[in-house]
Amino acid sequence: MSAALAIVSAGAYASVQDKGRFGFRRIGVPCSGTLDPNLLAIANALAGNPAGHPAIECFDGGQQFEAEHGAVRVAIAGEVRLEITGPDGPRAAAAWRSHVLEPGDTLRIIRMERGRIALVAVSGLAIPDQMNSASTYVRAGLGGWQGRALRPGDRLPAAAADAAPARSLPQPLQYDNDPIRLVLGPQHTHFDAAARETFLGQTYTVSAAADRMGMRLEGEPIRHDPERGQEIVSDAIVPGAIQVPGNGLPIVLLADAQTAGGYPKIATVITVDLPRLAARRPGDQVRFVAIGASDAEAVARRQADTLARTVESIRLIASEGVDLTALYQNNLVGGVVDALRSDHDA
Amino acid sequence: MSVRPHHCTLDLGDTAFTIEFGDRIDPVLQNQVRALDLAIDTARQRGELEGIIETVPTFRSLTVIYDPLVTSRKALTARIAHILDEADEAATAEPRHWRLPACYEGDAAPDLEDVARRIDADTATVVQLHAGTEYVVYMLGFLPGFPFMGDLPERLRLPRRTEPRVRVPAGSVAIATGLTAIYPWESPGGWHLLGRCPVRLFDPTRSDPALLQPGDRVGFFPVGRDEYDALATELESGRIDPHRWCDVGAASIGQAQS
Repeated sequence: MSAALAIVSAGAYASVQDKGRFGFRRIGVPCSGTLDPNLLAIANALAGNPAGHPAIECFDGGQQFEAEHGAVRVAIAGEVRLEITGPDGPRAAAAWRSHVLEPGDTLRIIRMERGRIALVAVSGLAIPDQMNSASTYVRAGLGGWQGRALRPGDRLPAAAADAAPARSLPQPLQYDNDPIRLVLGPQHTHFDAAARETFLGQTYTVSAAADRMGMRLEGEPIRHDPERGQEIVSDAIVPGAIQVPGNGLPIVLLADAQTAGGYPKIATVITVDLPRLAARRPGDQVRFVAIGASDAEAVARRQADTLARTVESIRLIASEGVDLTALYQNNLVGGVVDALRSDHDA
Repeated sequence: MSVRPHHCTLDLGDTAFTIEFGDRIDPVLQNQVRALDLAIDTARQRGELEGIIETVPTFRSLTVIYDPLVTSRKALTARIAHILDEADEAATAEPRHWRLPACYEGDAAPDLEDVARRIDADTATVVQLHAGTEYVVYMLGFLPGFPFMGDLPERLRLPRRTEPRVRVPAGSVAIATGLTAIYPWESPGGWHLLGRCPVRLFDPTRSDPALLQPGDRVGFFPVGRDEYDALATELESGRIDPHRWCDVGAASIGQAQS
């Protein structure tokens, strides 16, 4: 039997996600995919997987995994407190690096230190694509593990871990509490100037209704322009679109949201800020600031460069914590690893 | 001759924009949306419009989703303005015409009598009105493969149920306002259920997972409960191909875009 990562506990919520399922929104299939592509890219790089490989997206901690039928390499991206339990009992383990779980070892996400989401990448995780993606879309039973969220007892096939050294991200990724940037539209004209001012001027609170479909915000309601009404003829939605139903409280739609909707959308959160928003917990505060569409595109391009540099900063470490990349660079050890050549440019 | 239809372009973040032809449910607008969708698809097949991820046609607008690392809103809207000039509504492919079986009887039609009462008609009239009309598939949404179709005959137009059902069975043929639909999945729903269609509307193992496409024309033919059950069995086993109920006018717009 080949190696597998067994789900001992799925914690608050866990599902297999990749970058998303594209090309099918015209037939009503949402793009799904991870809410935090930065963490996906980092976790996969740490695990030695290709950038868009499926991984386990974990909400709010509590997840526990066990290696079965062989050693399994896992890597965790996210601000989490971790514990690995082996034959000698539990020991604290670091996030932002890879670990090899020997058969019978368990990895537990004790809790989130910050944010809501952690990505657990598994070397050679074998989840077949369905409609061009391994992302789980529960409502239609698509992708992921049997088309559903993970449950205790699920066994995800993985590659047997090789003897490669561990990889580590020197500088963990952190999200600030700055305002979330958005582009006004498509239906901002369904709200008068005073309502738009209230929308952009106030501090919202993330409600308990926040999941992969969307995030409801609490605050002072904003009023629709009575001449335009509270509903529109349904048009398309993308992740980040902020719809305002009749109660005047915004809902930021996320990866699993339906593909079209009939409430006016006052604005759209820029893609770069969606992971920052998704990291906010119920009770956290959210403020918005408007930028132009072309500025938002420029932000997206800059962030792509930043993420590429972050991934390039990943280093090899020996299991006892020696920075192998630094050793190689200092010519103390021969044979610089090709994959890390970009470190010389950093 | 093509007349550039009235439209405006709306911002939808840094990865999408929406080209809107109007703000009502209207086959004329749907045809404009479809013409532009087809023209963009044709241009993409020629290798143009690099960076478009997918397009989403709706009742009255087309949303273009793109990768800002590859292209920009400015570059795409400039090129699409030319395409709009060239897009000829008359040149859209002849739509596919479907006539799908529907059972308007017994527990397959839980709201039939209620609807008949509301419009002061007998159930046979309701069935005749619903099955006797050919509808345009305006768009797919709400659920994967869920077709929003219209327009209903005036007499059948009713507001949504005041109490939505928690569970609408898959295959339910439903009406609300000026629209009719077939539920591809069991789901909550607030529409009136007139019948049940045995055809599977969404199947991820098919090359086109959604049976119906925006722009398709759909009518129904009533079948009794026994025939419904027989058809359901034959369809499930694959002995019947649902395309037997489709009169192909021309190829439809390609579905999976990448």
